[in-house]
Amino acid sequence: MRTNVASHANKIWIVMAALALSACVTINIYFPAAAAEKAADKIIEEVWQTPKADQPATTEPAVKETK
Amino acid sequence: MNAMMKILVSLFVLLFAFNAGAVDLEVNTPGVNAIKQSMQARHAQLAPHYASGAVGIASDGMVALRDAGAVPLPQRQAVNGLVAAENRDRNALYAEIANANGHPEWEGEIRNTFAQRWMQRAQPGWWVQSGGGWSQK
Repeated sequence: MRTNVASHANKIWIVMAALALSACVTINIYFPAAAAEKAADKIIEEVWQTPKADQPATTEPAVKETK
Repeated sequence: MNAMMKILVSLFVLLFAFNAGAVDLEVNTPGVNAIKQSMQARHAQLAPHYASGAVGIASDGMVALRDAGAVPLPQRQAVNGLVAAENRDRNALYAEIANANGHPEWEGEIRNTFAQRWMQRAQPGWWVQSGGGWSQK
Protein backbone atom coordinates (compact mmCIF):
# COMPACT_ATOMS: atom_id res chain seq x y z
CA MET A 1 0.00 0.00 0.00
CA ARG A 2 2.81 2.34 0.95
CA THR A 3 4.67 1.73 -2.31
CA ASN A 4 1.44 2.41 -4.17
CA VAL A 5 1.10 5.88 -2.60
CA ALA A 6 4.75 6.60 -3.27
CA SER A 7 4.52 5.63 -6.94
CA HIS A 8 1.38 7.75 -7.28
CA ALA A 9 3.21 10.77 -5.89
CA ASN A 10 6.07 10.09 -8.28
CA LYS A 11 3.68 10.11 -11.22
CA ILE A 12 2.32 13.51 -10.16
CA TRP A 13 5.85 14.89 -10.02
CA ILE A 14 6.68 13.52 -13.43
CA VAL A 15 3.54 15.06 -14.93
CA MET A 16 4.35 18.42 -13.30
CA ALA A 17 7.91 18.29 -14.56
CA ALA A 18 6.68 17.52 -18.06
CA LEU A 19 4.27 20.47 -17.89
CA ALA A 20 7.01 22.81 -16.69
CA LEU A 21 9.31 21.60 -19.45
CA SER A 22 6.71 22.12 -22.16
CA ALA A 23 6.03 25.62 -20.80
CA CYS A 24 9.70 26.48 -21.15
CA VAL A 25 9.79 25.15 -24.69
CA THR A 26 6.70 27.23 -25.52
CA ILE A 27 8.37 30.41 -24.29
CA ASN A 28 11.32 29.81 -26.59
CA ILE A 29 9.10 29.39 -29.64
CA TYR A 30 7.75 32.94 -29.34
CA PHE A 31 9.67 35.60 -31.21
CA PRO A 32 11.61 37.76 -28.71
CA ALA A 33 10.48 41.14 -30.07
CA ALA A 34 12.30 43.30 -27.50
CA ALA A 35 15.55 41.41 -27.96
CA ALA A 36 15.23 41.69 -31.73
CA GLU A 37 14.74 45.45 -31.48
CA LYS A 38 17.84 45.74 -29.31
CA ALA A 39 19.85 43.63 -31.75
CA ALA A 40 18.59 45.65 -34.72
CA ASP A 41 19.55 48.94 -33.04
CA LYS A 42 23.03 47.63 -32.32
CA ILE A 43 23.58 46.59 -35.93
CA ILE A 44 22.06 49.77 -37.37
CA GLU A 45 24.31 51.90 -35.17
CA GLU A 46 27.33 50.07 -36.51
CA VAL A 47 26.27 50.12 -40.16
CA TRP A 48 25.24 53.77 -40.17
CA GLN A 49 27.92 54.79 -37.65
CA THR A 50 25.33 56.74 -35.71
CA PRO A 51 25.72 57.41 -32.00
CA LYS A 52 23.47 55.55 -29.58
CA ALA A 53 20.01 57.03 -29.13
CA ASP A 54 20.64 57.67 -25.43
CA GLN A 55 24.02 59.21 -26.14
CA PRO A 56 23.55 62.60 -27.80
CA ALA A 57 26.23 63.42 -30.30
CA THR A 58 28.79 65.64 -28.70
CA THR A 59 30.72 68.12 -30.71
CA GLU A 60 34.31 68.71 -29.78
CA PRO A 61 34.64 72.22 -28.38
CA ALA A 62 36.95 74.31 -30.47
CA VAL A 63 40.38 74.32 -28.94
CA LYS A 64 41.41 77.85 -28.22
CA GLU A 65 44.82 78.80 -29.39
CA THR A 66 47.11 79.86 -26.65
CA LYS A 67 50.32 81.65 -27.20
CA MET B 1 11.16 11.30 -2.62
CA ASN B 2 13.41 13.96 -1.19
CA ALA B 3 16.09 13.20 -3.73
CA MET B 4 13.53 13.42 -6.50
CA MET B 5 12.45 16.84 -5.32
CA LYS B 6 16.04 18.02 -5.28
CA ILE B 7 16.52 16.81 -8.81
CA LEU B 8 13.35 18.56 -9.95
CA VAL B 9 14.27 21.83 -8.26
CA SER B 10 17.72 21.82 -9.85
CA LEU B 11 16.10 21.00 -13.19
CA PHE B 12 13.82 24.06 -12.88
CA VAL B 13 16.74 26.28 -11.94
CA LEU B 14 18.69 25.01 -14.92
CA LEU B 15 15.80 25.53 -17.31
CA PHE B 16 15.19 29.01 -15.95
CA ALA B 17 18.83 29.93 -16.44
CA PHE B 18 18.70 28.51 -19.95
CA ASN B 19 15.59 30.55 -20.77
CA ALA B 20 17.06 33.73 -19.34
CA GLY B 21 20.08 33.22 -21.58
CA ALA B 22 17.86 32.85 -24.62
CA VAL B 23 16.29 36.28 -24.13
CA ASP B 24 19.05 37.97 -26.10
CA LEU B 25 19.28 37.40 -29.83
CA GLU B 26 22.64 36.14 -31.01
CA VAL B 27 24.05 38.57 -33.57
CA ASN B 28 27.76 38.10 -32.96
CA THR B 29 28.48 35.37 -35.49
CA PRO B 30 31.11 35.42 -38.25
CA GLY B 31 28.33 35.47 -40.85
CA VAL B 32 26.52 38.44 -39.31
CA ASN B 33 29.76 40.34 -38.77
CA ALA B 34 30.85 39.85 -42.39
CA ILE B 35 27.53 41.18 -43.73
CA LYS B 36 27.62 44.07 -41.26
CA GLN B 37 31.10 45.10 -42.42
CA SER B 38 30.08 44.92 -46.05
CA MET B 39 27.06 47.15 -45.34
CA GLN B 40 29.15 49.54 -43.27
CA ALA B 41 31.61 49.98 -46.13
CA ARG B 42 28.79 50.55 -48.62
CA HIS B 43 27.06 53.10 -46.42
CA ALA B 44 29.63 55.78 -47.25
CA GLN B 45 28.57 55.49 -50.90
CA LEU B 46 24.85 55.25 -50.16
CA ALA B 47 24.61 58.11 -47.66
CA PRO B 48 24.71 60.93 -50.25
CA HIS B 49 21.87 59.22 -52.13
CA TYR B 50 19.77 58.95 -48.98
CA ALA B 51 20.36 62.68 -48.46
CA SER B 52 19.46 63.60 -52.06
CA GLY B 53 16.30 61.51 -51.92
CA ALA B 54 17.39 59.26 -54.77
CA VAL B 55 17.34 56.26 -52.44
CA GLY B 56 14.76 55.78 -49.70
CA ILE B 57 14.34 53.52 -46.68
CA ALA B 58 11.59 51.12 -47.69
CA SER B 59 9.01 49.73 -45.28
CA ASP B 60 9.98 46.12 -46.01
CA GLY B 61 13.45 46.35 -44.53
CA MET B 62 15.07 47.10 -47.89
CA VAL B 63 16.27 50.25 -49.63
CA ALA B 64 14.69 51.42 -52.87
CA LEU B 65 15.51 53.74 -55.73
CA ARG B 66 12.71 56.26 -55.30
CA ASP B 67 13.87 59.19 -57.45
CA ALA B 68 16.24 58.26 -60.23
CA GLY B 69 16.04 61.87 -61.42
CA ALA B 70 18.06 62.95 -58.38
CA VAL B 71 21.03 61.01 -59.74
CA PRO B 72 23.05 62.35 -62.69
CA LEU B 73 22.60 60.02 -65.66
CA PRO B 74 26.17 58.67 -65.73
CA GLN B 75 25.87 57.61 -62.06
CA ARG B 76 22.52 55.88 -62.31
CA GLN B 77 23.91 52.46 -63.15
CA ALA B 78 26.22 52.63 -60.14
CA VAL B 79 23.38 53.62 -57.80
CA ASN B 80 21.26 50.75 -59.09
CA GLY B 81 24.15 48.44 -58.32
CA LEU B 82 24.53 49.87 -54.83
CA VAL B 83 20.82 49.40 -54.07
CA ALA B 84 20.85 45.82 -55.39
CA ALA B 85 23.98 44.93 -53.41
CA GLU B 86 22.60 46.53 -50.24
CA ASN B 87 19.35 44.60 -50.54
CA ARG B 88 21.22 41.33 -51.11
CA ASP B 89 23.17 41.98 -47.91
CA ARG B 90 20.02 42.88 -46.00
CA ASN B 91 18.22 39.70 -47.09
CA ALA B 92 21.27 37.69 -46.08
CA LEU B 93 21.50 39.54 -42.74
CA TYR B 94 17.90 38.79 -41.73
CA ALA B 95 18.24 35.13 -42.72
CA GLU B 96 21.61 34.82 -41.00
CA ILE B 97 20.31 36.21 -37.69
CA ALA B 98 17.31 33.86 -37.81
CA ASN B 99 19.54 30.86 -38.54
CA ALA B 100 22.14 31.86 -35.94
CA ASN B 101 19.39 31.70 -33.32
CA GLY B 102 18.12 28.33 -34.49
CA HIS B 103 14.81 29.77 -35.72
CA PRO B 104 14.88 30.21 -39.52
CA GLU B 105 11.13 30.90 -39.32
CA TRP B 106 11.86 34.16 -37.46
CA GLU B 107 13.31 35.74 -40.60
CA GLY B 108 10.11 37.62 -41.46
CA GLU B 109 9.74 39.03 -37.96
CA ILE B 110 13.41 40.01 -37.85
CA ARG B 111 12.93 41.77 -41.20
CA ASN B 112 9.90 43.66 -39.85
CA THR B 113 11.75 44.66 -36.70
CA PHE B 114 14.68 45.95 -38.75
CA ALA B 115 12.33 47.75 -41.14
CA GLN B 116 10.79 49.68 -38.23
CA ARG B 117 14.18 50.52 -36.73
CA TRP B 118 15.80 51.59 -40.05
CA MET B 119 12.89 53.98 -40.66
CA GLN B 120 12.83 55.29 -37.11
CA ARG B 121 16.56 55.92 -37.02
CA ALA B 122 16.80 57.47 -40.50
CA GLN B 123 18.48 60.85 -40.42
CA PRO B 124 16.55 64.11 -40.95
CA GLY B 125 16.14 64.76 -44.66
CA TRP B 126 16.13 61.09 -45.63
CA TRP B 127 13.06 59.59 -47.27
CA VAL B 128 11.15 56.76 -45.63
CA GLN B 129 8.23 54.73 -46.93
CA SER B 130 5.00 54.93 -44.99
CA GLY B 131 1.66 53.48 -46.07
CA GLY B 132 2.83 52.99 -49.64
CA GLY B 133 3.96 56.60 -50.10
CA TRP B 134 7.21 58.36 -49.28
CA SER B 135 7.77 61.02 -46.68
CA GLN B 136 10.80 63.02 -45.73
CA LYS B 137 12.05 62.87 -42.17
